[in-house]
Amino acid sequence: MSAQSHTRAYSPIDPAKISIILATDCGSTTTKAILIERQSDGSYSQTQRGEAPTTVEEPFADVTIGVVNALTEVGELAGRNFMDADGGIIRRTSASDPHGCDLYISTSSAGGGLQMVVAGVVAQMTAASAKRAALGAGAIVMETIAANDRRRPHEQIQRIRELRPDMVLISGGTDGGNVQQVVQIAELIAPAKPRPRFGSDYALPVIFAGNRDAAPRVQEIFATGFDLSVVENLRPTLELENLGPARDRIHDVFLEHVMAHAPGYERLMAMSDAPIMPTPGAVGDILQRIAARDNVNAVCVDIGGATTDVFSVFDGMFNRTVSANLGMSYSISNVCAEAGMDQVLRWVHLEMDERELRNRVKNKMIRPTTIPESIDALVFEQAVAREALRLAYQQHKDFATKLKGVQKQRTVGDLFEQGGVDTIVDDMRLGLLVASGGVLSHAPKLEQTAAMLIDSFEPQGFTELAKDSIFMMPHLGVLASVHPQAAMEVFERDCLVRLGWCVAARGEARWGKPCFRYKVSGAVQAAGSLACGDVALVRVPNGGEVEVTVDPEKGFDLGAGSGKAVTRRVKGGAVGIFFDARGRALVLPKSPSERRMAVASWAQSWGTHS
Amino acid sequence: MAKAYTPGLKVSSNTTLRVRRILPVAGEVLVALGDRVHAQQPIARAMLDGDITPVHVANGLGLNAVEVAGALVVAKGDRVEKGQIIARSKGIFGFGKKEFASPESGTIESISSTTGQLMVRGAAMPVEVLAFVDGVVIAVHEREGVTVQCDAALVQGIFGIGGEAFGNIRFAGTHAAEVLDAEAINAECKGAILVGGGRVTAAAVARAREVGVSAIIAGGIDDADLKSILGYDLGVAITGSEKIGLTIVITEGFGDIAMATRTFELLRSLEGRTASVNGATQIRAGVMRPEIVVARGVGELASVSTNEVTREVGSLEIGTSVRLIRDPNFGRIGSVEALPTEPAILGSGSKARVVRVRLDGGVSVVVPRANVELIET
Repeated sequence: MSAQSHTRAYSPIDPAKISIILATDCGSTTTKAILIERQSDGSYSQTQRGEAPTTVEEPFADVTIGVVNALTEVGELAGRNFMDADGGIIRRTSASDPHGCDLYISTSSAGGGLQMVVAGVVAQMTAASAKRAALGAGAIVMETIAANDRRRPHEQIQRIRELRPDMVLISGGTDGGNVQQVVQIAELIAPAKPRPRFGSDYALPVIFAGNRDAAPRVQEIFATGFDLSVVENLRPTLELENLGPARDRIHDVFLEHVMAHAPGYERLMAMSDAPIMPTPGAVGDILQRIAARDNVNAVCVDIGGATTDVFSVFDGMFNRTVSANLGMSYSISNVCAEAGMDQVLRWVHLEMDERELRNRVKNKMIRPTTIPESIDALVFEQAVAREALRLAYQQHKDFATKLKGVQKQRTVGDLFEQGGVDTIVDDMRLGLLVASGGVLSHAPKLEQTAAMLIDSFEPQGFTELAKDSIFMMPHLGVLASVHPQAAMEVFERDCLVRLGWCVAARGEARWGKPCFRYKVSGAVQAAGSLACGDVALVRVPNGGEVEVTVDPEKGFDLGAGSGKAVTRRVKGGAVGIFFDARGRALVLPKSPSERRMAVASWAQSWGTHS
Repeated sequence: MAKAYTPGLKVSSNTTLRVRRILPVAGEVLVALGDRVHAQQPIARAMLDGDITPVHVANGLGLNAVEVAGALVVAKGDRVEKGQIIARSKGIFGFGKKEFASPESGTIESISSTTGQLMVRGAAMPVEVLAFVDGVVIAVHEREGVTVQCDAALVQGIFGIGGEAFGNIRFAGTHAAEVLDAEAINAECKGAILVGGGRVTAAAVARAREVGVSAIIAGGIDDADLKSILGYDLGVAITGSEKIGLTIVITEGFGDIAMATRTFELLRSLEGRTASVNGATQIRAGVMRPEIVVARGVGELASVSTNEVTREVGSLEIGTSVRLIRDPNFGRIGSVEALPTEPAILGSGSKARVVRVRLDGGVSVVVPRANVELIET
């Protein structure tokens, strides 16, 4: 089947003519639909939502069944009919038409999303750039192959043979540089003959984005049994990362091959008015727009049942990571195994039996949709969430680094330094932290969502906390590609629930010693001083503007340097301002009884479990 | 209206089962449409490509990549043996000649003039797929495998480890809550599908391995025991490839939990029969649960009780039998007493749609609908 046969031309969209928008996100288990309508003042607002089980798997094996079910629910709630008798979407013929919509768009991560293998010559340089390109395009990177990844060639080949990716991205070498090394990587991958995930009758797509001089030889190597496309080098020089062409080609291949072979997607593509985007790619796009508009460094986390995605934009540079086995249901057991049960239990202020907890964790793993009934079950799940988030954020920091290999006045050894040291994610300069995913979005109290974010991300200085109300960011990401104004208005009005601010001091000292004083004036008046180990919450009404002054002791930094006072005007959120004098890095008492007392006191002060 | 989730577990004395048996790569189907097959009969066979070994001749002989072709004493497509000389450098004026031996046996698949690297492909590896159940071939999937159909008793477990196993069903205890420990296992259990009642212990599994038990079926298992059996902490429930010497199927969950009476009684009625067991479990999109299958012989169904016992997906209604699948009442059985339409606030503070269940014993509890599974009779 030719690639061309799956592409379709989309008609240009005139935003002025769009009043009723339907958007779906086809997730692994649930297809979520939202309705966005233009209001009488001309602005856009999300008005209804509906959901239905995703129907990619047998016995349905057609994603559009779930889409139609979700859209039908939205239609019932809105009092409009969106579906015709043949399961097609009704388009409005006039502004007074009581049925149908003007625009339908969708994202998808169903069927496991987009799964890729990436390869490069040097793990820290071209392979890292290839991984960034794949993750940025919304893929799950199953494996990264590099000449220096410490595996012997036959081990690398064996690993490739075990995988069933949707596509492979190969990079390596700067333009005009060494050809041999990147060809060697290609020579490893081709004979391993990785089989595509969907169907045995189509050739595995391979994208080559390496040294352009190696392209002819790479074409020879993948001449049979593969569908090779060559794009611009994603690392044309050591100083430059050029991910755009590779990301664009990944999107094209996603639509042409992966979507086209997934059950029902050909029909879904025909229904939609814009190209279907991989869900995480859409989330990344909207976050980048927000960061650019507000000139803020932002991090967004989406914790699901199986995986946790972290997105960041720092100084305009976008990064995304997927922690494949950190999640709250399918992967909950892995979180406990990876973090260690003692690390999880440090966040629990109630007495719990470890043997019973271990069995509970496994029972959640095998019956993943059950929900906590009791307060102790909730406390435990939120403790697991803290560790999942902490690990995922650490992995993100290790990955989101400055370009490696750029010539600087440094030693050669600096090029191969361990991740994390050179991360661009600076907790002190983080301005906005957005939470998404069941355990964060559905926490019974907003204070709990905020506390989970603070404990796991350990923001420093002033950081605004928010949550995605109903996981609408994917819909808005794809909407932004065709109607940015509507996307941004809905994002502000309906998507983002601003919780408030975390104001935390960087520095360490013995608990009980003075840390900082705070004063809040404006919509609310408050003042106090915190000792190391203390926290406080000042409630500020949503939208209420206050001036916050914090004056740290020497050795503590709240954004202006050690011991220097900071004053900022901020707006209140659904909760308020969380003052945190526990220090950074956040270290809990070693003694179990002292630790439990401290955690209980924080829960009381922040109102999480009071 | 949202329906309560159930894992779709099926416990049936009499069901028509269609089993799709497919090769990992295209190969040869060994049986024909309409053939009667038995569980351990190979129904398809394929040859997997042999292992690839990259051989860096240029590095080994200190040559440039373009010089490798001139040094080779073998050609693409040639068969080579491990230790066989495959390249020889000329040296300078006849001095300093070096030889290079193949590190593996196989066939020369490619020779690269860019990298000076050879690829040696090892011998292809045969792989066979068994029928898994006694039955009839009702579909042949060309070069892939077949679908086998049979009438059978079927028990799906909630979790398992280990792959396909076969043997006769044998009981190690007398009641559904009885812990299966090492003392209950002796040499006579060799090759058996051993059914316990409640929790199986790590000591029992160790003893079962020693005597050669084929598979263990039990109500529950402790996570700590599972860790000691596997040698690692299982992070994600994707299983089936463990090499632990036997297969284990857990019917209810983790902890001290009795096997559901109906499951226990069904297996009891099958004591002595030959069963096919698979521990493979995958709990993600495309759920796969472990299973125990006892194929019924031709004409046997007429004599099987039609007292169907099934637990599967369906809607909650007043009077429906349910099992609670979340603490603090994990494992308890009851019947639906009320289905309030409005969401309720749980003890955790969360809001959720709930169901009121009258537990066996007379006490009523209100639990989230997500925390029950149906027991259809």
